[in-house]
Amino acid sequence: MLSGIIEALSGLGQRVTSRIWRLGYASRFFLAILLHSGTSVRRLHLTIREIYFTGVLSLIIILVSGMFVGMVLGLQGYDTLQRYGSTEALGVLVSLSLVRELGPVVAALLFASRAGSAITAEIGMMKATEQLSAMEMMAVDPIARVVAPRFWGGVISMPLLAALFSAMGIFGGYLVGVQLIGVDEGSFWSQMQASVDFREDILNGVIKSFVFGIIVSWVAVFEGYDAEPTAEGVSGATTRTVVTSSLAILAADFILTAFMFTGT
Amino acid sequence: MSRTTLDLWVGFFVAVGLGALLFLALKVGNMASSSSGDTYAIQAKFDNIGGLKVRGAVKSAGVVVGRVTEIRFDPEAYQAVVTINVDDRYKFPRDTFATINTSGLLGEQYIGFEVGGDTAMLKAGDTIKKTQSAVVLEKLISQFMFNKAAEDGGKK
Amino acid sequence: MTGVPGVNMSQESLVEIRDLNFTYDERPILTGINMTIPRGKVVAVMGISGCGKTTTLRLIGGQLKPSSGSVRVAGQVVHELDSDGLYNLRRRMGMLFQFGALFTDMSVYDNIAFQMREHTDLPESMIRDLVMMKLHAVGLRGAHALMPAELSGGMARRVALARAIALDPMLIMYDEPFAGLDPISLSIVGELIRKLTEALGASSIIVTHDVQESLKIVDYVYFVSAGKIVAEGTAEEIKHSTVPYVHQFVWGEADGPVPFQYPARPYGEQLMESAVRRA
Repeated sequence: MLSGIIEALSGLGQRVTSRIWRLGYASRFFLAILLHSGTSVRRLHLTIREIYFTGVLSLIIILVSGMFVGMVLGLQGYDTLQRYGSTEALGVLVSLSLVRELGPVVAALLFASRAGSAITAEIGMMKATEQLSAMEMMAVDPIARVVAPRFWGGVISMPLLAALFSAMGIFGGYLVGVQLIGVDEGSFWSQMQASVDFREDILNGVIKSFVFGIIVSWVAVFEGYDAEPTAEGVSGATTRTVVTSSLAILAADFILTAFMFTGT
Repeated sequence: MSRTTLDLWVGFFVAVGLGALLFLALKVGNMASSSSGDTYAIQAKFDNIGGLKVRGAVKSAGVVVGRVTEIRFDPEAYQAVVTINVDDRYKFPRDTFATINTSGLLGEQYIGFEVGGDTAMLKAGDTIKKTQSAVVLEKLISQFMFNKAAEDGGKK
Repeated sequence: MTGVPGVNMSQESLVEIRDLNFTYDERPILTGINMTIPRGKVVAVMGISGCGKTTTLRLIGGQLKPSSGSVRVAGQVVHELDSDGLYNLRRRMGMLFQFGALFTDMSVYDNIAFQMREHTDLPESMIRDLVMMKLHAVGLRGAHALMPAELSGGMARRVALARAIALDPMLIMYDEPFAGLDPISLSIVGELIRKLTEALGASSIIVTHDVQESLKIVDYVYFVSAGKIVAEGTAEEIKHSTVPYVHQFVWGEADGPVPFQYPARPYGEQLMESAVRRA
């Protein structure tokens, strides 16, 4: 029985050390991406292509989800606020929830599952079919040509998608609150304008979405590049991308919120 | 997908995204009041600032004319010293009354300026002499109960 | 000293491998390898799967570093080159990967034009002429607009071959070029390898276990088993070799130096044991 415990402990220790080792490897990879980003700028069309595949193709899911989230906020918000007779604050509730939290976070989670997994699968398949190796043998650095444009494409798309999510959400909240339920349109917008601060709320939301963009893109390209060159390897890597980036987004959200929105 | 179509879509996406950001900044948030115009700083001392916070509003006649920038404790006078940045466009007389009010019944607290008749105006670095502290709800309730008890006692 | 008959010893060889050792995770993959690839010749490296053939190609291309020994290409020691040197060396090498490894997000035309666009400043009109020339050499000029997913196995292999020679390399390496092809494509690819090598004046190294096709077209063969060279010679010499491993390989015998049974206890013993247990 003692040997069983020892085995379990050493297994645990090994898993922790291998995770830490992998994190170190991933950090060096991140540095390599930054150093090889020249091509992404010099040959902008590579990056633009990636912005299309990560950003434009995510538009539908982001806009529709944003709309629905905003509508639900409108419904739930109204239900709660009317108990305190403060239904004119609905605009404030919807906009602050979206701009500060839901916009950046939910958009990032959706982005991770749609675009992040696609990036991982793409790079993983290129690795499995030896395309990356072929590129290397042709004296073209795969990190500069394949990885970095995808990374920057994701980083650029993320804040834009988060802003679109928030905007659609506010519109959804407006539709439900003002048009459907009948909250006063004037106070909906005026209270919102009075309570949402540009620097405090909106800018912080943009900073958050930018950080999330870096996280998702980094995890996605790394898992793809590091995948085992088999079918199971690629599918495992895609799953890991979604899980790891989702957890990292939520953890980072907590840290950023603690910094930004507490204190005086 | 040809390169021109791709570029078109990406351009559209970036434009729409920036448009959403602009919408949020202008229509949803209030950039006007957070734009730092020229201000001058004055101080006011209160016995109790209640729930007043830094960046709280300073209003006169209901319009925002400044912001609270600093709240300190004066260990000699045992008072709270509040520093206020007042918008340069507005000048207030030296006998202005600074009160701490609550917006709504349970809302945020802000400083209200009630003007007196003094012809001399407050300059940067001046201190407002007349202040009224925040109303603390507990004191109000205990006062009410004390008065009620005294009333009942007196009646008997 | 390895010798290719009919070749003057002082003629400069393109690739020289001396006393090469390579271990990975403490497992020895290659031990004491000595090879010479002369200019303008087609050389085959044969052996069963997993004996270290592909590793040799990667060592020549600089993707791996030897544990000891040296690999010289055109007189330069590959693993001592800096990134610029390696870059220049790779521009003069072409590689045909197993199953093609074409870039799936680009058309056939773009695949072949890839190296030209990355490494040269040639105008698009010139690139077009060059790409068409290469495609014509492999017989696929009409397929230039297709995507790799639309190609058959044989066609994909030929496109990959055209891509390997895009910049007229001095050394072309083929990793299992005959794997999985139908008989027609097999002989086409074999012929193309021979013809293109001669036309370009390049050297070719073919890693394969297809005996039939390769013995038709190669000048010299190296036989690798468990990381060591066990035999070498011209195609004729290999066909009539008496080395047991080579004989088994060339004539496709089921059992010999490479055993049929994966190492296990004698079957009779195992059966006896289970019978005893049941009793």
